[in-house]
Amino acid sequence: MSENKIDIARTRQVAKLARLALSEEELSQFSTQLSDILGYIEKLSEVDTESVEPLAHCLPVKNVFREDIVKPSLGTEKALANSPADDDEFFKVPKILDDGSGA
Amino acid sequence: MDLLKLTCKELRDKIAVGSIKSTDATEAIFSQIEKHEPQIAAFISTFKDDALAKAKSIDEKIAADEKSGLLAGVPICVKDNMCTTFGPTSCASKMLENFHSPYNATVVEKLLAADAVIIGKANLDEFAMGSSTENSGLQQTFNPWDTRCVPGGSSGGSAAAMATKMCFAALGSDTGGSIRQPASFCGVVGLKPTYGRVSRFGLVAYGSSLDQIGPITSDVADAALMMNVIAGKDENDSTSIDEKTVPVSDYLAGIENDIDKLKIGIVPEFIAAADPDVRNKIEEAIDCYRNAGSEIIEIKMPYFDYSIAAYYLLATAEASSNLARYDGVHYGHRTDSPADYVEVYSKSRNEAFGAEVKRRIMLGTYALSSGYYDAYYLKALKVRNLIRGDFTKAFEKCDCIMMPVSPTTAFKIGEKTADPLQMYMADIYTIAVNLAGVPAVSLPCGFDANKLPIGLQIIAPAFEEAKLLRIARMFEKRNDYHLEQPNLTTNKHE
Repeated sequence: MSENKIDIARTRQVAKLARLALSEEELSQFSTQLSDILGYIEKLSEVDTESVEPLAHCLPVKNVFREDIVKPSLGTEKALANSPADDDEFFKVPKILDDGSGA
Repeated sequence: MDLLKLTCKELRDKIAVGSIKSTDATEAIFSQIEKHEPQIAAFISTFKDDALAKAKSIDEKIAADEKSGLLAGVPICVKDNMCTTFGPTSCASKMLENFHSPYNATVVEKLLAADAVIIGKANLDEFAMGSSTENSGLQQTFNPWDTRCVPGGSSGGSAAAMATKMCFAALGSDTGGSIRQPASFCGVVGLKPTYGRVSRFGLVAYGSSLDQIGPITSDVADAALMMNVIAGKDENDSTSIDEKTVPVSDYLAGIENDIDKLKIGIVPEFIAAADPDVRNKIEEAIDCYRNAGSEIIEIKMPYFDYSIAAYYLLATAEASSNLARYDGVHYGHRTDSPADYVEVYSKSRNEAFGAEVKRRIMLGTYALSSGYYDAYYLKALKVRNLIRGDFTKAFEKCDCIMMPVSPTTAFKIGEKTADPLQMYMADIYTIAVNLAGVPAVSLPCGFDANKLPIGLQIIAPAFEEAKLLRIARMFEKRNDYHLEQPNLTTNKHE
């Protein structure tokens, strides 16, 4: 089998960007599978797109404005109702800053 | 009279005049669910007590001669990626297994405003990513025609529930074929409306420039009735189309009228590429239209073949961005005892997402990453423009395009799970429609040698759903494939 287009090191880097703590087994499996899929996707290079505009959206979309009027929003209780950890007022997460002077 | 033989529209008409009670229809549906759900596993949640209470209130409303809605008293199910304040909204993911939405999706609000009785939420491939419902993180749904087979996906629960008559109509969502392909595999009608015709507010996002909600029903008139309820502008979805720009039709008006001098586009090599049984039935269906006076025109769609490659870059790029919201902080699964805040994200996500969701996030992240963006994402956007051009040019010559929904009938459970690329190929005929944003319907048009349903796909120009449904109805009036029911008593797991 030919060398993977996206090797384990690159797979690991993408997993880091995607915030997925993949196991070594998953990294190896995804390296192979993503390489296969990208190999297939290579067929796009057959298409001459030199003078073609990119189409991000199939309908003509433009920015949509509305009047700047205050409306009721969800409220703290509902917003926190599904949270894995909170103190009734805020979402709780592990500390983000260092203890010491490094912060 | 066998209540379950009624269409959604027939039932609605009888409930509205008081000749059938919604309570009886709802009880009939729940007795059907109790009988067949253990075999089919279409639902993630059902709401028997609430549904019966709602049905009773509709019956009282009608008895009191109060005005009732377009779906008054009709039991309906929705795919479990549409937010409801009742029951969980799981997306068939361990990530959202215990998530309860604080608001209803706009389509759910519209169903409730039309006095529908929502009886349950249907299984799907996790976050609507898949073609067989095997990627559900919660359960396996089985095809009612042969329980060794998949129901298709990602709206496999909705289609299987409809085919088993465990509801009178269902909602699905379609990003690359997820309404049409399961409708085809389960022998029911599925409509993917034009992008922007139905609000996506409260539909859990997968590929936002491609996702669209639509009906799965037992016949074409019911799809039209459902569209009358769900179509329209929504200020909560900025991509929903202004009704002043493109008015919403009465999709039922004139639905029984044939279209004179209908011009049907076909791409002969697409039809030839399908399995022989599928090919034969599609050709028979086209003959049926020819006999009804339609003109068949051969067209070319040179870029169609690139749609899977473009889709798996664009949809996954959008998915990688959309699914970044599952961070283990605001809602959804959080890992036990994370060492630091990065682990809150990376471990929570890795523990709760299934393999296909991770694969698509990885692919999309790669396609969008620095150094690869031009070669992959931008290239795919340009090819998307060419694919849309194929449709634009085709519709200069014809009113609609016909082809199979899927190259095969329902495949066996487990047959394609080891090879993701093989699974992606199952969507060869449906994906281009999403890239172009146009509407398409899947219509039962026969069975293969193993009595598995085959679907005819009819594709129309943007916003021509009313005409599309009339075209589909022409076939339904001349055939009765849509009336056939799976035999659930002889059909057991092996």
